[in-house]
Amino acid sequence: MKEQLQKDFDSSIKNLSLSQKDIEIKKFCLNNFIDKGFPNRKEEDWKFSDLNQIIKNNIGELSFYNDQASTNKVDTSVFVDGLEHNKIVFINGRIEKIDFEYEKKDQIEIIDQSETINEFKNSNSLSDLNNAFTTKCFKILLKQGYQLAKPLIIYHTTNSKIWSKNINLRLNFELDKDSSLRLIDLFNDTSEKNFLNIFYNFELKENAVLKNYKVDKLENKNIKYSFNNIDQDKNSISETFILSSGSNFSKNEINCNLNGVYASAFVNGIFSLNNDKHHEIRSIINHLTENTKSYQLIKSVLDESSKAVYQGKIFVNSDAQKTDGYQLSKAILLNKESEFNAKPELEIYADDVKCSHGSASGSLNDDSIFYLMSRGLSHQQSKELLINGFLLDVVEKITDSEIKNLIKNMIGIKE
Amino acid sequence: MDNRQKEINNLKDYKYGFSTDIENIQAPKGLNEDVIKFISNIKKEPEWMLEFRLKAFERFKVLKEPDWQKPKFTKIDYQDLYYYSAPKSMKDKPKSLDELDPKLLETYKKLGIPLQEQARLNGIAVDAVFDSVSVATTFKDELTKQGIIFCPISEAIQNHPELVKKYLGSVIPTSDHFFATLNSAVFTDGSFVYIPEGVRCPMELSTYFRINASNTGQFERTLIIADKGSYVSYLEGCTAPMRDENQLHAANVELIALDDAEIKYSTVQNWYPGDKDGKGGIYNFVTKRGLCKGKNSKISWTQVETGSAITWKYPSCILKGDNSVGEFYSIAITNNHQKADTGTKMIHLGKNTKSKIISKGISAGSSDMTYRGLVDISSKAKNSTNYTQCDSLLMGNKCGAHTVPYIKNKNSESNIAHEATTSKISEEQLHYCQQRGLNPEEAVGLIVNGFCKEVLQQLPMEFAVEAQKLVGISLEGSVG
Repeated sequence: MKEQLQKDFDSSIKNLSLSQKDIEIKKFCLNNFIDKGFPNRKEEDWKFSDLNQIIKNNIGELSFYNDQASTNKVDTSVFVDGLEHNKIVFINGRIEKIDFEYEKKDQIEIIDQSETINEFKNSNSLSDLNNAFTTKCFKILLKQGYQLAKPLIIYHTTNSKIWSKNINLRLNFELDKDSSLRLIDLFNDTSEKNFLNIFYNFELKENAVLKNYKVDKLENKNIKYSFNNIDQDKNSISETFILSSGSNFSKNEINCNLNGVYASAFVNGIFSLNNDKHHEIRSIINHLTENTKSYQLIKSVLDESSKAVYQGKIFVNSDAQKTDGYQLSKAILLNKESEFNAKPELEIYADDVKCSHGSASGSLNDDSIFYLMSRGLSHQQSKELLINGFLLDVVEKITDSEIKNLIKNMIGIKE
Repeated sequence: MDNRQKEINNLKDYKYGFSTDIENIQAPKGLNEDVIKFISNIKKEPEWMLEFRLKAFERFKVLKEPDWQKPKFTKIDYQDLYYYSAPKSMKDKPKSLDELDPKLLETYKKLGIPLQEQARLNGIAVDAVFDSVSVATTFKDELTKQGIIFCPISEAIQNHPELVKKYLGSVIPTSDHFFATLNSAVFTDGSFVYIPEGVRCPMELSTYFRINASNTGQFERTLIIADKGSYVSYLEGCTAPMRDENQLHAANVELIALDDAEIKYSTVQNWYPGDKDGKGGIYNFVTKRGLCKGKNSKISWTQVETGSAITWKYPSCILKGDNSVGEFYSIAITNNHQKADTGTKMIHLGKNTKSKIISKGISAGSSDMTYRGLVDISSKAKNSTNYTQCDSLLMGNKCGAHTVPYIKNKNSESNIAHEATTSKISEEQLHYCQQRGLNPEEAVGLIVNGFCKEVLQQLPMEFAVEAQKLVGISLEGSVG
């Protein structure tokens, strides 16, 4: 893998106009990655999901070079109907379209940051990989007081042109005071056996509101890693919703730093898995100052030999008095082959706090099924109804009604 | 000053902090094959026992000290320790208590563990372990009548080799982790209990551990076997003198419950915790593991952990037999600079197995407390359930409380429920108690006892009273 990395790195550097210093930094990141390799189960954060092994078994040898010169045709059929929205379209890792047609142009700034390296508060080797190979990077800046009229949908599309490739993406967002953004990440993959490595950085200033919905619904054989870093100032709110279902392997990491008082973070997620899919959500909520709040709800329905992992951590600094932290994960195992692993963690250094977590996993309740069947439903119908209700709970947590309905339709959840 | 206050004042300092001036026989300092042979030789052990030790030592040489735990400590120099220390008077074993060194008797009397006939605790048989050797075992005759074997493990190796050979290392093999392997290589003494088929042990069995010599590691090994349909309740207590250096205590405890048997194991751990600035104290790195080998067997761990500079242990249950039950009740209290990383492992292998974990952590001062636990339901453990509750109480803003549970469910017919909370004593509760005439310290004591009650209830009567007092003393000075 080492030679491949070196070769691909040299070819991707060639096409960039980087300063000598930046090349040095990129080289440093590359060497870091070569040293560490893909994360494996010996690392505590990857205990339940050995990425190194998963890539080996599912992809084999990866290549890392992406030709940014040739353009791809944007397929408009993948666009969401019935919801007016702004678009960013990635095809095979290349930005093909940025379109804020519904917004005031002077309120949004799109800054090309391809030539600067930014550090991520993430110590795993994937951030090094991302730093070494990302070629284009934009920062989207929302100016003070501007609230996006329509949601922004980022289409992550891959097609059959690529195979056994590693794609690295990065986007930065800055939400200035009183601004707000609704962001949907939609994955449309028709490719197979690629490894997507996506890094987002969000900076939320005072009173800013971020709603991020990540939807991975379409069946595909890709392997995905996505890392969101969210820094939150006073009174800001972040809401993250994850639907984890389509890819063969997927790991979503949310790292949220509540730096300002009265900042709050919400993380809600659904795992709906079948076959031998293996998905993970790992959240780290850092309560760094007083009067901050976090709420997390993760529900899983696991069929066949699928496996879901939830690692959630609430960290409370000694200054973060009056913290309110809550976390709940529930799983239904439908098949004897399926597996649910959880590590809900509390690390608390302040005494005047209210923190709790709960985790439960098991089969569908027989009594509930009996109740429904005795009222004339078939076994299958009863099962579906119960699962529907189980998951509806999470979808109802979505605060934006337009998007809530969109997601309900996508999952096929009835009210 | 009322009585309680007086009592607290008396006990404010670690009352077991004295050391006994007694002549010792020690093995040469350091860890090597010769020292292991020395230990084996002085204990007049058979060849197979020495082989067991050397095998463990071979394995130990390639192992590295683990470092994933939360409380960090300065590296232990394993070559700078004595691995064997025994009162000289014990060289030729005294045949009865009358021949026992009066200094030893005095020590145990000071600790509140009378060994002499007339003063013996009613209905509790005691095995007293002083540094590396067991010095006395009480009520032996009465137990022998029922066929119960309760003796130092060094005696059991001589007298009951067939049992020891069969079960020693069957739950904690010589190839286990770093500290367990070290123990397998150099363990010196400990208790051995065998309860024959169908016998319900008529009294509580108890071991009292005492570290006296300085620079000595204590490595005791306890092996309890409950044969079919038997029952035993076993208690363990520990103290050590106040010394400036940190002393290592790495014990191994193995429990084996056969069909329909039940073992109840209670610990009140009160090793010297170090002084107010965190100097000195015992490193309590203990491996405790129980195997529910037979059908319908049950193992229950109860622990009250108030002492030690660092407590690092996870009493575990391997639920192998169908319908077996594992329980874990724990109170861990850390004050000043104490650190604890404790919890349990429940490994469900058999069908219809059940486990329950109740853990209460209280941290005060500048201490740090971690609950770390594993619940693992394997794909074959049909219809198993686990319930876990871990609550933490924080007193003051310099301490920390952490919860790190690992939950693995590989069986769709099994259920796991886990709950954890962290909070402080509410102002309302304090106000309510004080309004009714309690001073703040008493109010906190009352509330904390209520918080711990679920666990304290699990202890045998005599211990429960003692433990309740200990809880109050451990938190002394942490209010306000």
